[in-house]
Amino acid sequence: MPDIFSLFQDQAEQFFKSGHTNNWAVLVCTSRFWFNYRHVANTLSVYRSVKRLGIPDSHIVLMLADDMACNPRNPKPATVFSHKNMELNVYGDDVEVDYRSYEVTVENFLRVLTGRIPPGTPRSKRLLSDDRSNILIYMTGHGGNGFLKFQDSEEITNVELADAFEQMWQKRRYNELLFIIDTCQGASMYERFYSPNIMALASSQVGEDSLSHQPDLGIGVHLMDRYTFYVLEFLEEIHPASQTNMNDLFQVCPKSLCVSTPGHRTDLFQRDPQNVLITDFFGSVRKVEITAETISLDPNLAAFESKPPKDELAAEPLKYAEQLPVAQIIHQKPKQKDWHPPGGFILGLWALIIMVFFKTYGIKHMKHIF
Amino acid sequence: MAAAAGAAAADEAEKARGRRAALSFAAIAVVLGLPLWWRTTETYRAALPYADIAALGELSFQLAAPVAVVFAPGSLPGDLPRPLPFRETQEEETLLNPRTSITSRYEMVYRSTTAQEEAALDAVTVQEADATLHPLQDASLGSLTVYVIPETSSLLPQGISVYVGKHRSALVRAGEGLAALRARLQQVTQIMSFTTSSITAALSDRVPASQLGPDARRHFKSSLGYEITFSLLNPDPKSHAVHWDIEGAVSHYVQPFLDKLSFMANFSVDSQILYYAVLGVTPRFDKESSSFLLSAHSLPHVINPVEARLGSSAASLYPVLNFLLYVPERSHSPLYIQDKDGALVGTNAFHSPRWGGIMVYNVEGPAPPQASLPLHVDVDMVRVMEVFLAQLRLLFGVSREVLPPEFLLESPGNEGLADWELDRLLWARTVENVATVSTTLTSLAQLLDKIGNIVIKDDVASEVYRAVAAVQSAMAELAAGRLHSAFQASKEAVTSSERAFFDPSLLHLLYFPDDQKFAIYIPLFLPMAVPILLSLAKIFREAKQRKKEPTKTD
Repeated sequence: MPDIFSLFQDQAEQFFKSGHTNNWAVLVCTSRFWFNYRHVANTLSVYRSVKRLGIPDSHIVLMLADDMACNPRNPKPATVFSHKNMELNVYGDDVEVDYRSYEVTVENFLRVLTGRIPPGTPRSKRLLSDDRSNILIYMTGHGGNGFLKFQDSEEITNVELADAFEQMWQKRRYNELLFIIDTCQGASMYERFYSPNIMALASSQVGEDSLSHQPDLGIGVHLMDRYTFYVLEFLEEIHPASQTNMNDLFQVCPKSLCVSTPGHRTDLFQRDPQNVLITDFFGSVRKVEITAETISLDPNLAAFESKPPKDELAAEPLKYAEQLPVAQIIHQKPKQKDWHPPGGFILGLWALIIMVFFKTYGIKHMKHIF
Repeated sequence: MAAAAGAAAADEAEKARGRRAALSFAAIAVVLGLPLWWRTTETYRAALPYADIAALGELSFQLAAPVAVVFAPGSLPGDLPRPLPFRETQEEETLLNPRTSITSRYEMVYRSTTAQEEAALDAVTVQEADATLHPLQDASLGSLTVYVIPETSSLLPQGISVYVGKHRSALVRAGEGLAALRARLQQVTQIMSFTTSSITAALSDRVPASQLGPDARRHFKSSLGYEITFSLLNPDPKSHAVHWDIEGAVSHYVQPFLDKLSFMANFSVDSQILYYAVLGVTPRFDKESSSFLLSAHSLPHVINPVEARLGSSAASLYPVLNFLLYVPERSHSPLYIQDKDGALVGTNAFHSPRWGGIMVYNVEGPAPPQASLPLHVDVDMVRVMEVFLAQLRLLFGVSREVLPPEFLLESPGNEGLADWELDRLLWARTVENVATVSTTLTSLAQLLDKIGNIVIKDDVASEVYRAVAAVQSAMAELAAGRLHSAFQASKEAVTSSERAFFDPSLLHLLYFPDDQKFAIYIPLFLPMAVPILLSLAKIFREAKQRKKEPTKTD
């Protein structure tokens, strides 16, 4: 008997080396407008890789700030290409966008990360990670020294991002976190991180611009950014059982190909990047254990129930709730409008009239009003 | 001359009035304006019990379990310190780290049997004795009763000296004296209530990961509710028409288990049948046994392709446990699972931590070639539920310690969970809840310290007060040995603290960098401040000049 137990322990130890039991991904594209096609293509390419390596849609929060596939300016509707000559359509048939268009704001992004979501938000829009989750966060868009622009109207600063990660750490919402950013001056975004177990990669250093890769003359815009393009080429070689580690990901896109210098930060990470598998973050390899024991059940005892069976309600035929209560609408009485005090414009108008009156006729006529 | 003097005097008076005016402007700006601006622009923070929260950072758990030791006639050891009945307390303190310590206290009451208990112990089998003794015991959660029977008694089978029943009692064969009995008693009480390692596993947040075993990462964390989904996967409906009476099986075998756990969390159970759902892995054909085999290292890749079809994302916000029953295709039957050493797994099932379990159900025997397809298959729900219940227990953290060979543990049978296993779970969960609340509240206090512009509204503050009160009551109830109320208090504390920490209003104000703050305030304050400062400077210069003049005229 003890032998089997020790064998079981051995198996269990091996399977739990990296310490995580599930994977999540938060993929954010922050730019809108047709000429920022490449940012949506970046995000969708990473989404596609992550799904291919096994993370299910229920564990991916995809935020796209604009709709390129059904944009009126898209000459090939319902597609988003990442290679020129339309080689690879990353939009596919089963893209599940959780936050779309104007829902992609700094506030919503921070709410997703910290978990402070208003009640009633559907499950697909939440990051339900726990202390054994490895999270991949990918952000792309236009950025600068210390900020990232959202939707052309607001920014998220590196301090806010660092604070959000600290709040995640305090509540143990992640086991390890991989942060990848592909924007101009991307390295400035990870400068301020101070929570443990975070590894960060950026496409360019402070003072450098991240450049786009290739324009497509048929579609008329640049299709991808260089850094993400080469990361994608690298990820296409990975399959769920591969043993490639993070050091290889750091070598992707040297200065000769990328023009900017990609950077990375590993000082907050506890494990050596040599021992971190790519699939620890990009894939979802489940740990499994063989079930060795069973509980013996006695089918004959099942007849004696401690609880009396619930009374069956008379089965009513099921029908739909009334979608359009016509009777109610026809016989509706006009709604009593609440009285509101006169607003600013009316008050201003009256003030003007009264002032003009007194200017012309003098103050002694006040008694005619009151 | 007089006119000039008069003009000079009027001038002087004018200047004095000017000086007074400037000074009063400056005074009002500083005395009234600055505090008003500060109060209206500071973030609203309702009062929080910071001192109590800081005190929660240091957790010293006191776990008390009442144990009654009942001596049957003929089993009294000769060297008792006092005549029966008497009380004794055994305490043991473990320091996990400077901020966490566990003190386990067993309050033992030694007494002799009553007449009814003696009659019960005369039963033929030990299971009968256990059943008869059950109504005579203290049935409150967390309590234990140990019956000591004579060494020569035939109630326990040969070679067995300890029997642990389905409820909260154990039978121990009297040993060679009090010291041996005490050692035995300690073993039994530790198995049936808590051990240092089981409590340490519950404190995984506060204890470095190296001290924990794999158990700590397998079971689901304490949550307010769980969603359990049973799915039947039939990849080959043309060949197999599979029928399973899942409703009956759930109500007979799973529901008693969940009812026992009902006050721990809310459970909802659903089931579904998925057609044409294939495993992501192709099994290997083995010539010798003419069966198909799934090796252990391909098992992790089975789950991901199926997960997308399970619909767990549409379920509730509670953690979901998935139990899948896979009936292999006719062309891949029979299908067996191999473990790491190549041996066939008896249960033909495997489970994944914090996710659920999968069992492969092979259709009985080769069908005669002329049988009409699809074959009617009635799933043997008892076999299936035996495995699923075992997996369910593991996923909830009901695990057993390694036992010496002279111990006999009664299987919980159809109830799925022995009462003492429930107690073990509750001890661990209560400690886990208290640790979670402590972490949540101390991190909330730290965050408020570090990030200056988080708003605390009144309702959030009241939740925090409620959480602090509940956690203090939970610790007190634990020390008093009342497990039920301790657990309820800890659950309440967790609910309140999570509601306070994750309240959407805590994200109200975003970060304003310093240069933006200057950019907003300078156009407002600078035009007002410049005249005041300049006039104050002028007054100061004039005052200095006047001080010099009298010395000059001298």
